[in-house]
Amino acid sequence: MSDSSPVRTATFTYRLRRFFGSLAPHLVLAGYSVFALFPIFMILINSFKTRKAIFGAPFELPNAQTFSLIGYETVTKRANFAQYFINSTIVTIGALLLILLIGAMAAYALSEYRFPGNALLGLYLSIGIMIPIRLGTVGILRLMVGLNLVNTLAGLILVYIAQGLPLTIFILSQFMRQVPRELKDAARIDGASEYRIFMLVLPLVRPALGAIGIFTMIPIWNDLWFPLIISPSAKTATITLGVQQFLGQFVSDWNAVLSSLTLAMVPILIFYIVFSGQMIRSITAGAIK
Amino acid sequence: MSQAIRRKKVFPWHIVVFLAPAVIIYSVFMVFPLLNSLRLSFFGFTPDNKEFFVGFQNYVKLFTDSTYAPRFWGALKNNFVFFAIHMLVQNPIGLLLAALLAGGGRGRNFYRTILFMPTVLSVVIIGFIWQLILNPLWGVTEGLMKMVGLGSLFKPWLGLPESALIAVSLISVWQFVGIPMILFYAALIGIPEELIEAATVDGASRWHSFWHIKFPLILPTVGIVAILTFVGNFNAFDLIYTMKGANAGPEFSTDIMGTLFYRTFFGQQLQLGNPAMGATVAAMMFLIILTGVLIYMFLWQRRVTTYEL
Repeated sequence: MSDSSPVRTATFTYRLRRFFGSLAPHLVLAGYSVFALFPIFMILINSFKTRKAIFGAPFELPNAQTFSLIGYETVTKRANFAQYFINSTIVTIGALLLILLIGAMAAYALSEYRFPGNALLGLYLSIGIMIPIRLGTVGILRLMVGLNLVNTLAGLILVYIAQGLPLTIFILSQFMRQVPRELKDAARIDGASEYRIFMLVLPLVRPALGAIGIFTMIPIWNDLWFPLIISPSAKTATITLGVQQFLGQFVSDWNAVLSSLTLAMVPILIFYIVFSGQMIRSITAGAIK
Repeated sequence: MSQAIRRKKVFPWHIVVFLAPAVIIYSVFMVFPLLNSLRLSFFGFTPDNKEFFVGFQNYVKLFTDSTYAPRFWGALKNNFVFFAIHMLVQNPIGLLLAALLAGGGRGRNFYRTILFMPTVLSVVIIGFIWQLILNPLWGVTEGLMKMVGLGSLFKPWLGLPESALIAVSLISVWQFVGIPMILFYAALIGIPEELIEAATVDGASRWHSFWHIKFPLILPTVGIVAILTFVGNFNAFDLIYTMKGANAGPEFSTDIMGTLFYRTFFGQQLQLGNPAMGATVAAMMFLIILTGVLIYMFLWQRRVTTYEL
């Protein structure tokens, strides 16, 4: 804003003030960025060092003498990270696709058709936006035991669908209301079925689907609570739970701890760096409020 | 078929088909367990696992019994401290960073990406990272403090009962500051330039125009940030469990409602898990969160004017 303000008399003091006025925000932002990155950076660089160097020179980058992959060797030998990674991927992608499909269907019905109880149903489905699903854990575990879904990935997926639906439906129905009525009516005149029209509308709300997708994925991938409670077995542990348990056992093996943290961080960081632009744009454009 | 045709309108089966999967999964896996859990807080279990109605006995036990009450009141108090630190540190820093980012200029996209980064990482990872960074054995924090001459002030904060809760809260603040930042940022860049320019022409300083023009305009976002912080904090668990275990040590000083709920439900070394008491703790969390949400909806949202920009 200061850059676009009308040019005034460029006196020396004014220039000086302006220089510091634009420098100060940079200093604060850069300083805070260092603060945000520093701990992550420390873990990354030290995961590639020998135990001696981790303690002797923690702030130095790994060099020819201090470079070591011993931690990664321990992790690949002792922990079943590949399995955890596959489990997390199945759960996250499975839940995500079903949330988007089922949520879009419900949002379409709520925004397109007038039927008795429409508003009430919308309200019912939006309770879950504010009330966390965790509070029903005692009931969820009983239900999972009853349905034989304890220690299965399907059980986790179902819980995450229930968790993700309320916000998805709420946001998507707002977007679907903006799809022009003429378009749908034209299709109806051409004899298209209601299901066909839904398939026509779906691509039109693609940006919203993308934004919801990214924001639904991250909490599911990162969740510790439900894997810990309903699927803690070694076969069904997700990466978050697997890392948590592995770190608990190997607390004193610093190489292994640093390497496993790095392995757990890197996929999410790559995903974030690739999609950060879209993520932040979607919030600022008001897709998610 | 003939019956359907005889009716004035064909029953709109497609609406049912569109709604059924969402309504069924949501009802079965969220609403029903939540209600069942609330119901269980009024029941006890016999040794052979049969339910019997006990009225408010579980609640009385939670509030007054010598094994439960100190833990419950302690966790509740700690949780309010945890929330207060987020409101006083996380949200003002988020607002400051958002205001600086919204000021425009070079490098803003870069800063935004970096500042939001810790937020996307799992709480488990963040918890372990900070445990290592603050660990006196590794000495990273102490080393840094020595460099600036503050070495003598270093303490193993996470291990001391008087500082552990504050340390854990600040780590959570460090991770989640990205959320208020991005929400405030979105609100601030939505304010039309003309409004601010008009004020600048009238001679308002940047400080003045921020607090008297921009801030009142983003009040709805202030409310959203506050309620999101409240719900998130009273539902928190992962960070404390990762850093301090289910016992939320030292001496339960970092115990909050989430860890209390986990311990009560699943048990710990000396105590067996108790589903009914677990459900009672969860019911209290539900009441607290519900109260917060209702205050937000009826006391805050109704009073705050939302300006159409």
